[in-house]
Amino acid sequence: MRREPLLNAAVFLGLLAVVLWARATDEPFTITLATRVAILALAGVGLNLALGLGGLVSLGHAVFFGIGGYAMGILASHAQSYSPLIEWPVLIEGTKSMPVIWLVAMAASGLAALGIGALSLRTSGVYFIMITLAFGQMFYYFAISWPAYGGEDGLSIYVRNGFPGLNTLDPIQFFAICYVILGLALWLFSRLSRSAFGLALGAARQNGERVMAVGIAPYRLRLVAFALSGVITGLAGALFADLNRFVSPTMFSWQTSGEIMVFVILGGVARLFGPVVGAAVFILLEHVLGGLSEFWHIYLGAVLLVVVLFARGGIIGLIAGREVRHD
Amino acid sequence: MTSPLLDIRGISKSFGAIRASEDVSLTLMRGEIHALIGPNGAGKSTLIKQIAGNLKPDSGSIWFDGRDVTSLDTVARAQAGLGRTFQISSLAMEMSVLQNAVLGALGKRGRVMRFWRDVMRDAALLQVAHAALSEVGLAAAVGTRVADLSHGQRRQLEVAVALTQSPKAFLMDEPMAGLGGEGTARLTPFLDGLRHRAPILLVEHDMDAVFALADRISVLVYGRIIATGKPDAIRQNAEVREAYLGDEALT
Repeated sequence: MRREPLLNAAVFLGLLAVVLWARATDEPFTITLATRVAILALAGVGLNLALGLGGLVSLGHAVFFGIGGYAMGILASHAQSYSPLIEWPVLIEGTKSMPVIWLVAMAASGLAALGIGALSLRTSGVYFIMITLAFGQMFYYFAISWPAYGGEDGLSIYVRNGFPGLNTLDPIQFFAICYVILGLALWLFSRLSRSAFGLALGAARQNGERVMAVGIAPYRLRLVAFALSGVITGLAGALFADLNRFVSPTMFSWQTSGEIMVFVILGGVARLFGPVVGAAVFILLEHVLGGLSEFWHIYLGAVLLVVVLFARGGIIGLIAGREVRHD
Repeated sequence: MTSPLLDIRGISKSFGAIRASEDVSLTLMRGEIHALIGPNGAGKSTLIKQIAGNLKPDSGSIWFDGRDVTSLDTVARAQAGLGRTFQISSLAMEMSVLQNAVLGALGKRGRVMRFWRDVMRDAALLQVAHAALSEVGLAAAVGTRVADLSHGQRRQLEVAVALTQSPKAFLMDEPMAGLGGEGTARLTPFLDGLRHRAPILLVEHDMDAVFALADRISVLVYGRIIATGKPDAIRQNAEVREAYLGDEALT
């Protein structure tokens, strides 16, 4: 039963192979598609931490995705118009530097996740789903009605932000950045799921009463998981905005939350590479079926239905079988 | 006389018109097994929940190890040293036997917010977990998923997880439930020896086990404790006979 690590490696290297092949045959659009997969997978890894490990069914992860996107949009738009973000009490300028934007995106989405988590984790089940959805809608309508940063029209950034030593305008170099970050996030996820925190979080998902009876408070575990989850999804949002050189309130919409959840469920909830496989299949379907019919979401729905009904571990579960890890 | 480790002082709990606990006082001394018996619906579960911290009594107080724990929740009471086993096995079903035991050891040690090191390679936790599992006779099943365990093995694991906590007192809710004659016969001497490590408040329906193990017995009927005393005294108590035991159980 060592099939899953092999499958994971194949998926991860497969994504790289597609990009190298696209470069060799000069197909920049395919590289862009693969970059989308990497970024959306990253957002999914974030959600998988809350949903898969923690059992927290959040329908509000677009909040963090959007905050990451707007962190990039706001900082870069100030930089490109040479207007400071804040003049008083301290002068804060915009920036076109990716690492700075990422840090701001992660800090802002992490703080938002702490706040939202602190309130919504007092509920559970369907109430938790509804309250996270409500937060998502709050941010969505706020973004729409905030004229300073484009309101409904969103914000365009003319030139992609920079990374020291790299030419981010070259599709393959930008892909490399996203690919490495995805790899690091997967590594973090895999370490986390095997750590003391991961054990307790997983046990709290399966049986909260048991965890309390051994003297561990599930609320704190879940709050930390939710915050970390928000940080990763927020980083994905910043990269996504940079890929499109555009942010709009759509990033905050509940459809975005739903899509991130679809990646995770399609690929396999709680499986390390679930979001990667899910995002890849999603983009592939969007690309292939989207060319055939405007209503490709119907087919996506059918695929999702089949996966949910017949493959409880998602596509990964279908191929690699039930998760086994008893060391 | 030493002070009791667990001291329940006149707690009452009502649900609407139903008085589930009425002025219940109960003590658990060091080194003893104190059995709590009573017919179905007597309020044993409600009482257990108040002792463990799931329910707050309407009045009265609960003292554990010299401090008032009435307002503490289950987590804080577990940390204070109350080791609980559940009537219906309450375990992380998708995890292995060993992982469940390691979770118990982790709860005892604290420092849960460790994000990087593989917890299943933590020698100190593993040692505690393995020791507890071999004590209850689960050493051969460490790698089995809990969902694949037999009912009896799950009961054993419940006790093992409580052992990993090295608690100051055990709160055991029907540990023999569904074990059958052989399982009960194996668990009884084990609990017998356990009392010297930490006293046990034992809720149990199996009267053979209760009379074999208990130093003292309290009888709960309609939310009230109608008698507390040594097994022989309880056996002779007319009120208890009438309310609960029936003659055949006593012979």
